[in-house]
Amino acid sequence: MKITLKIWRQESAQDKGGFVTYKMDDVSTEMTFPEMLDSLNEDLIKRNEVPFAFDSDCREGICGMCGLYINGRPNGPQEGVTTCQLNMSMFKDGDTITIEPWRAKAFPVIKDLVVDRTALDKLIQAGGFISAKTGAAPEANAIPVSKEESDIAFDAGVCIGCGTCVASCKNASAMLFISAKVSQFAVLPQGRVEAKERVQTMVAQMDALGFGNCTNTGACEAECPKEIKLSNIARMNREFYKAKIS
Amino acid sequence: MQQPGKLDAKIPGGPLKDKWTKHKASLRLVSPANKKKLDIIVVGAGAAGGSAAASLAELGYNVKVFVFQDSPRRAHSIASQGGINASKNYKNDSDSDYRLFHDMLKGGDFRAREANVYRAAEISNNIIDQYVASGVPFARDYSGYLDNRSFGGVQVSRTFYAQGQTGQQCTLAAYQALSRQIKAGKVTMFSRRDVLELVLIDGKARGVIARNLLTGEIERHSAHAVVFATGGFGTVYYLSTLAINSNGSAALAAYKKGAFMANPSMAQIHPTCLPVLNDYQSKLTLMSESLRNDGRIWVSSKKGDKRNPLDIPENERDYYLERRYPAFGNLVPRDVASRAAKERCDAGYGAGETGLSVYLDFKDAIKDQGEEVIGNKYGTLFDLYRKITGINPYKEPMKIYPASHYTMGGLWVDYNLMTTIPGLYALGEANFSDHGANRLGASSLMQCSGDGYFILPVTIGDYLADEIKTPQIPTDGPEFEEAEKAVEGKLSKLMSVNGSQTVSSFHKKLGQILWTHSGMKRNEKGLKQALQEVAELQEEFWKDVKVPGKLEHLNHELEKAARVADFFDLAKLIITDALDRNESCGAHFREEYQTEDGEAQRDDDRYAYVSAWEFTDENKGPMLHKEKLVFETVTPTKRSYK
Repeated sequence: MKITLKIWRQESAQDKGGFVTYKMDDVSTEMTFPEMLDSLNEDLIKRNEVPFAFDSDCREGICGMCGLYINGRPNGPQEGVTTCQLNMSMFKDGDTITIEPWRAKAFPVIKDLVVDRTALDKLIQAGGFISAKTGAAPEANAIPVSKEESDIAFDAGVCIGCGTCVASCKNASAMLFISAKVSQFAVLPQGRVEAKERVQTMVAQMDALGFGNCTNTGACEAECPKEIKLSNIARMNREFYKAKIS
Repeated sequence: MQQPGKLDAKIPGGPLKDKWTKHKASLRLVSPANKKKLDIIVVGAGAAGGSAAASLAELGYNVKVFVFQDSPRRAHSIASQGGINASKNYKNDSDSDYRLFHDMLKGGDFRAREANVYRAAEISNNIIDQYVASGVPFARDYSGYLDNRSFGGVQVSRTFYAQGQTGQQCTLAAYQALSRQIKAGKVTMFSRRDVLELVLIDGKARGVIARNLLTGEIERHSAHAVVFATGGFGTVYYLSTLAINSNGSAALAAYKKGAFMANPSMAQIHPTCLPVLNDYQSKLTLMSESLRNDGRIWVSSKKGDKRNPLDIPENERDYYLERRYPAFGNLVPRDVASRAAKERCDAGYGAGETGLSVYLDFKDAIKDQGEEVIGNKYGTLFDLYRKITGINPYKEPMKIYPASHYTMGGLWVDYNLMTTIPGLYALGEANFSDHGANRLGASSLMQCSGDGYFILPVTIGDYLADEIKTPQIPTDGPEFEEAEKAVEGKLSKLMSVNGSQTVSSFHKKLGQILWTHSGMKRNEKGLKQALQEVAELQEEFWKDVKVPGKLEHLNHELEKAARVADFFDLAKLIITDALDRNESCGAHFREEYQTEDGEAQRDDDRYAYVSAWEFTDENKGPMLHKEKLVFETVTPTKRSYK
């Protein structure tokens, strides 16, 4: 099929940037989105043009490296997928596809479609861990965890750190991201010990890094490729109040 | 010519089960006051590198971590799906350290070291304890205790799992421990760096040359010891289950600086992956082996059958694994399952338009256990499959085919995980040590985590005990100067060719050569032809590759070009090793050496050794050293899963 692409090109963080239009005549519906972009880049190289930069690594929706704003939606029109899992069969012949990088104060653009998401690492560094030093662990079955709570922890723990939640939020808030980690550890007995400190340091760090606050629009939940639930934010808020009043 | 003494594996004496305990007690220690004066570079932050870096920092060392991704959370260990093995025996099914050891050694077709494999089994339980304490939400049953499932090549249930995302959960636990140390100031993180060269001073590993992928700057970093946890090089085949940026460049740099490369031909082709569908495909996603627990593999018993699988009646289906291997059925090891799929497809019975796939069917499992139970076990995998193919595995069988997945071979290491370069260690998939000629499922996370959490942090002290008086290594000496120049020279050369073919087109061609001649089946004629073709392609690459953009900028094409340039050398090593080994063992199947019924014919008299290749110079081929494998406890037997 024939596709027109409007791709955000920006030389560096300092550069103003803008859209550049490319036409593709031979896009297969069997391609994934990054395979389509690869194919355009191959053509650009052959035509002596400089290819555009975009991040992509595992190509199976688990590493969280990719992430593009496609036609005004993070990761495009398909539900519950990362950009690398998006199929070109979601588009039709003649479509124009607009591709932008994540837009958030905490995620400055590095080049073209590549942004700096190290702020997410800093959030985890602020307390997104259980301080179990190597060698100090007790026998695994000495800590029984109900299946229900274990499943809640797993569902929160599947976050891939892609930044979709931040990109989809009009406030560029990282609430879904930190609440997933806070929830995962709040429901597990192993994580309770540090629960009070964790929620406070993570929230403080989120504010310090320039992420916005949560106004409960639910865009993050709607767009999260791993379908992480808004209820994690509610749980985090409870944890936060508990930490403040106890 | 073999240089005596150069391949001392340093395997401790005494009974197998006491070796590690005795060895640990004999290793020298570094005092806490001295640890904080010592720097260690760790390259890679997956299950091996991440856990090693965190554990070393907890001990008090100063650690510098390098990854090419934007975050240490993205290493490809994250994509490991099915599980992690341990000999807990929670199922009361007679599991033990010895049984896990024996399964791994046999699964690896007796081409691994007894002592290393036993140690991997021995520490497996500590790993599960560590991960649970770190908050990994492994699957549990309704009692609140941990659940297990079985995996290929074994008859017990010893695999701990978190749906189809076990690797993600374990890798994130290591990443979180690492994050804690970054916050504590004990780890300095260098992300978006490609480590392109190893620096030796007086024969010891003392640093690396890295390219800052954002600025293009070539950086010098020094340390008292260097750890490579850089994963495997299965992407040499172009299409693989690996991340597209996974590469073998750091390992190759070490090899060219004197680290021996062991068993490079032992490359695992995983049986259950998405088949090749078209020319654009950049990736063959893995469908976890755990699916073979409940899924049944079959093809039509009629050649070229293009019917919808749902229209093929039961009596026209050939459950070929169950037919050929009644004892293990669908749970034969990966190498056996892959070859069996290839055999059916080559004979014309393959499924789908291309005829290059087989069915993996859950119909009977859903009938027996119900959709909910199957969904609980494999839900995330079924979703993944449906998202990619549009086919719902609850209703219709999956189509799968083998793909390049894992390299059992890698940098040669001794029992302390040190390479032949003093002060250079290799962990996880980057080394060769525990899986022999074929890796069993769920044993990679186990080995990576064991290396990183529990082995390296102990053994590296023995080396660093001699370094406590060595001040911080300066980076302005001639060795750093020379290494930096070499990197700059290579990158400028890549930029200056300005030919007509893209990097990816070369990578594709290289992958095709290897897949055809050095994949699931190999023979002398094909391998020799492949060696010739790779050499020609390599020459063409350096004459006609086109790398756009600039050196001093974010340039993905340049990154790719530097990796592909190294893949040619790795490919030649793989083929050379495959040619040397005139036997079939594990993943290495030489057509000349097979039994009448098509099974691998091992030759213990001539090939019970680890092949360790030493770099000589760019024009001469590598030099072979042999580490004889001594079996003190187990007598190698013919591997039968019938």
